[in-house]
Amino acid sequence: MTVDVPAALSKLAVRLAGTRARAVDAQRLSGGASMETWAFAVEGPRGREELILRRRATAFDPETSRSTSLAAEAALIAAVRAVGAPGPPLVHLCDAQDGLGEAHVTRRVPGETLGRRINSDPKFDGVRPLLARQCGEVLAKIHATAPPPAAHLKTADAGAEIARYEEIYRASGAERPVLELAFQHLKKHLPPPRPHVLLHGDFRNGNLIIDPEKGLAAVLDWELCHIGDPAEDMGWICVNSWRFGRPDRPVGGFGEYADLLSGYEAAGGDPIPLARLRFWQTLGSLKWGVMCLTMYMSWASGGSASVERPMIGRRVSETEIDLINLLEAGL
Amino acid sequence: MITHPKPQELTEAVARWIEEIRPSLDPRNAFLARVAANALAAVTRELTMGEQAQAAAVERLEALLGHGGTYAALNWELCEELRAGQMDTATPGLLMALRANVLDQLAIDQPTYRHEAS
Repeated sequence: MTVDVPAALSKLAVRLAGTRARAVDAQRLSGGASMETWAFAVEGPRGREELILRRRATAFDPETSRSTSLAAEAALIAAVRAVGAPGPPLVHLCDAQDGLGEAHVTRRVPGETLGRRINSDPKFDGVRPLLARQCGEVLAKIHATAPPPAAHLKTADAGAEIARYEEIYRASGAERPVLELAFQHLKKHLPPPRPHVLLHGDFRNGNLIIDPEKGLAAVLDWELCHIGDPAEDMGWICVNSWRFGRPDRPVGGFGEYADLLSGYEAAGGDPIPLARLRFWQTLGSLKWGVMCLTMYMSWASGGSASVERPMIGRRVSETEIDLINLLEAGL
Repeated sequence: MITHPKPQELTEAVARWIEEIRPSLDPRNAFLARVAANALAAVTRELTMGEQAQAAAVERLEALLGHGGTYAALNWELCEELRAGQMDTATPGLLMALRANVLDQLAIDQPTYRHEAS
């Protein structure tokens, strides 16, 4: 079903801000293949408000999908905001009346999300050294949040994650020695179990809004929230694919491991050894490599027509060099 | 193979044209046009460097496995050895050979990618 989003937003503006309100400057933001993100503003009697619409472009299947529903995402944002973690303020959860399908509206938090700018624009020189610590503090708060039962979150530990991605890799038919080596190596080096917590699931440079004065202003994209090992979120933000040209700064390309870990502890998180983080970072690179393969597969099987999908398949080799670097350094 | 034009000159010409029209596109299509130009650049590099990269990979795989074969057969055999645990990170020469093969592939796929050892 094709939806005329700008037209639906005009209707929504009236619902949100009264009969004289209108939606203006609607623009689809680039990136995000399964989920559409639109920036728009509502102008009404109370002035202008900058907003973000997130809507699912394809049908949602709760059985097979890794992601949560947008209603669950809204519940999660409310839960983490209650403990002081900066999710974007929720304005409206869409229903049938809005004609937008599965969607929600949040306030637009000012700041930068483009990783490359955050890592190299002189505008962020002042806050950049603070970011890794702030990320640790925010992760400690997210991990301390009681998962909202309505969100029906899935649970996955390292063994389950490896098994799931190995199955996807086998089904793809691809033969990549480095991915094969990484699967076998990680299976032999599983970290000891530890208590599970609420995870963001996609906590990385690119999903963070950075304010040039204050630093970390908001954490976006809660759809991959699940329950698992706290080191998973810590390792994911250190995957080199989201360091945007700064492999020398392991946390998001902007900070140091020690700052991430000490910020986490200072905010009440149970200490996480660097080796455990690096295990999850390696698994993160492996997962991203397999995800790149699946994006190519979705194009090859006719599921997605975008030129973006097959080209992402050529990003597998970036994860392979990162995996070689990690395996040579030892886990 | 025809040399006037060579296939990599055709991909290069199309990529340049995409760059020319990109500023006139809306943000979503400008983004996709950049992806398309990147795809053509990767094809251009594969046409230029692919053959030599594959020959070098075959040599490394032959040294590792101790016998000759096609790229596809050797690559498959290595995957099977790794899956069965017959080879692992402790196997002499394994990581070095994999690194060299991956670096050649990366030079085709994404030469500007910066990693920890670059």
